[in-house]
Amino acid sequence: MKKLTKIRSTAIPLPIEDVDTDQIIPARFLKALTREGFGENLFRDWRYNSDGSEVKDFVLNNRMYSGEILVAGNNFGCGSSREHAAWSLDDYGFRIVISSFFADIFKGNALNNGLLPIQITPDELQQVFKAIEENVKVEFQVNLENQTLEIVGSDKLFSFEVSTYKKMCLLNGYDDIDYLLSQRDRIEEFESQQLIY
Amino acid sequence: MSKTLFDKLWDAHIVDSIDGVDVIYIDQHFIHEVTSPQAFDGLKKRGISVFRTQKTLATADHNVPTINQHLPIIEPMSRAQVKKLTDNCREFDVELYELGHEKNGIVHIIGPELGITKPGMTIVCGDSHTSTHGAFGSIAFGIGTSQVEQTLATQCILMNRPNTMRITIEGELSKGVFAKDIILYIISKLTAAGGTGYFIEYAGSTIRSLSMEARMTICNMSIEMGARGGLIAPDEVTYAYLKGKERVPKGDNWDNAKSYWQTLFSDTNAMFDREEKFYAKDISPMVTFGTNPGMGIKIDDLIPEINNVASFDKSLAYMGLKKGESLLGQKIQHVFIGSCTNARIEDLRIVAEYVSGKKKSNEVSVMIVPGSKQVEAQAKQEGLDKIFIEAGFELREPGCSACLGMNEDKIPSGEYCISTSNRNFEGRQGPGARTILASPLMAAAAAVSGKIEDVRLLID
Ligand code: SF4
Repeated sequence: MKKLTKIRSTAIPLPIEDVDTDQIIPARFLKALTREGFGENLFRDWRYNSDGSEVKDFVLNNRMYSGEILVAGNNFGCGSSREHAAWSLDDYGFRIVISSFFADIFKGNALNNGLLPIQITPDELQQVFKAIEENVKVEFQVNLENQTLEIVGSDKLFSFEVSTYKKMCLLNGYDDIDYLLSQRDRIEEFESQQLIY
Repeated sequence: MSKTLFDKLWDAHIVDSIDGVDVIYIDQHFIHEVTSPQAFDGLKKRGISVFRTQKTLATADHNVPTINQHLPIIEPMSRAQVKKLTDNCREFDVELYELGHEKNGIVHIIGPELGITKPGMTIVCGDSHTSTHGAFGSIAFGIGTSQVEQTLATQCILMNRPNTMRITIEGELSKGVFAKDIILYIISKLTAAGGTGYFIEYAGSTIRSLSMEARMTICNMSIEMGARGGLIAPDEVTYAYLKGKERVPKGDNWDNAKSYWQTLFSDTNAMFDREEKFYAKDISPMVTFGTNPGMGIKIDDLIPEINNVASFDKSLAYMGLKKGESLLGQKIQHVFIGSCTNARIEDLRIVAEYVSGKKKSNEVSVMIVPGSKQVEAQAKQEGLDKIFIEAGFELREPGCSACLGMNEDKIPSGEYCISTSNRNFEGRQGPGARTILASPLMAAAAAVSGKIEDVRLLID
């Protein structure tokens, strides 16, 4: 997994609530056998018309906006467990998603792929949207070590939660599986004591 | 100390803890073709095997055609994905019910029907509706592909203990009201995000009165309010369903298992992080009008007039519906009866009973997709297939089908589909498709008249 420590970037606003995983990556694009290339179809049906042309007013098609940070409305990532949603955001080039609320499975999937979900309060989220509205080039500074999100050039500094364990993984680029594999003996011992029916 | 059922089961599966995150042992892992290829690739890259092959079962369901399953799959990418599953299962020695196998079907339908799903277990699958298996008093939830890989490699995953919520429903259901209506009603009250962070236990006399299949419908949709999963304490209904099933213990082992299962309930004074209570008498047949399952109303209610919420307006615009409108009489062009929510034999019986001797409207296409080969066989044995065919329904072979629109079974853009599945997201059933979620009986009634009906007025 890629390490994530500090990121300074402009952001792309998507002020829509309940963005579900079928919007992030529609099911018909889940036929791939590898993890790569999903970015092309990120938000496919919002980004492209059925004839393949770009939907002009969708934010990813607006060249004014760019950056490694996506800012989305409440309850981002609800719906299916497809990790393809995290892969497509990552493949497109996002390292961070900011929202006031994330769906559970999406959050876990994102963290397992070095994509940091930053949950801030609804009021703070509005301040972030407002900052981008006022200046599309406004930058945000994320510091994972300190768990802070700063709107650069303002006095706004928000803090966010991340589990101690996941923070350690992200800072060092560790996957859960590395840890679990190191526990195989412990797991076998557990199995030998388990009641099984 | 008093414990909730969830906490009893969770505690019994903690292998270890690290920084407040638990290493949870998984008793049963189901896999399918869509979310497993990258996980097997991970194992190959690391040069490791599947840790416990006998606790892993594979089926092809999400991306399979529902016609001509005996022939090679036409669509090349689907064919490649299904073949990849077969190859991986061979290489890693994992049991597979491949397409066409007499036990093939939607993963959440075959687990219970084979008796693999049992009380007290921890169950995961790379599919969010794994919550279905909670109906047996097990902890069952969906995981992402990284966790599929972890489970294949170690039979464990790392997870924070979720909070617990108990939803109690009391009283007797009115006629024409089913498990699907109960869960759509609950989600409409708690919203699509209302259960996030929680594991739900469903309790109360209404739940106790339900069959196992109906309980599965309830647990299945727990994820639609954001909850990690839902469970129901096992009881005599559970044991009666399980007894004699293929992979359920027999003889003395059955007695031992049953006496263990009988300890699986929330203690009287157990504390939940949150409690909600509902009454069966308040529940009517439900329909959804928007683009998430929380946007549901009773059939005789009007679409709410919520103003100044951009997402709400966007959703109604997508659906082509208006605030203050009724869905009664709304014309539909498609009916989909299927999915792990409502494609078990009881669902098919409900549909067959209503449509027996009737014909579908000429204005609609109706697709009925059994949840598994065993459900399909049972339906044929009971002669339900003839009723469906005489009614003009297309009876398909098992699979996820139009529930997620990954195969050819899609609803055309802009057209309405009443669906017994679980998600009405934009484009879920195909780009531009407009999904109205409802119970199998509501779907059957709409199939006959071509419009949304209040089933209470049509049955005695
Ligand atoms: S039927 Fe639908 S919800 Fe169920 S497993 Fe298949 S795709 Fe998922």
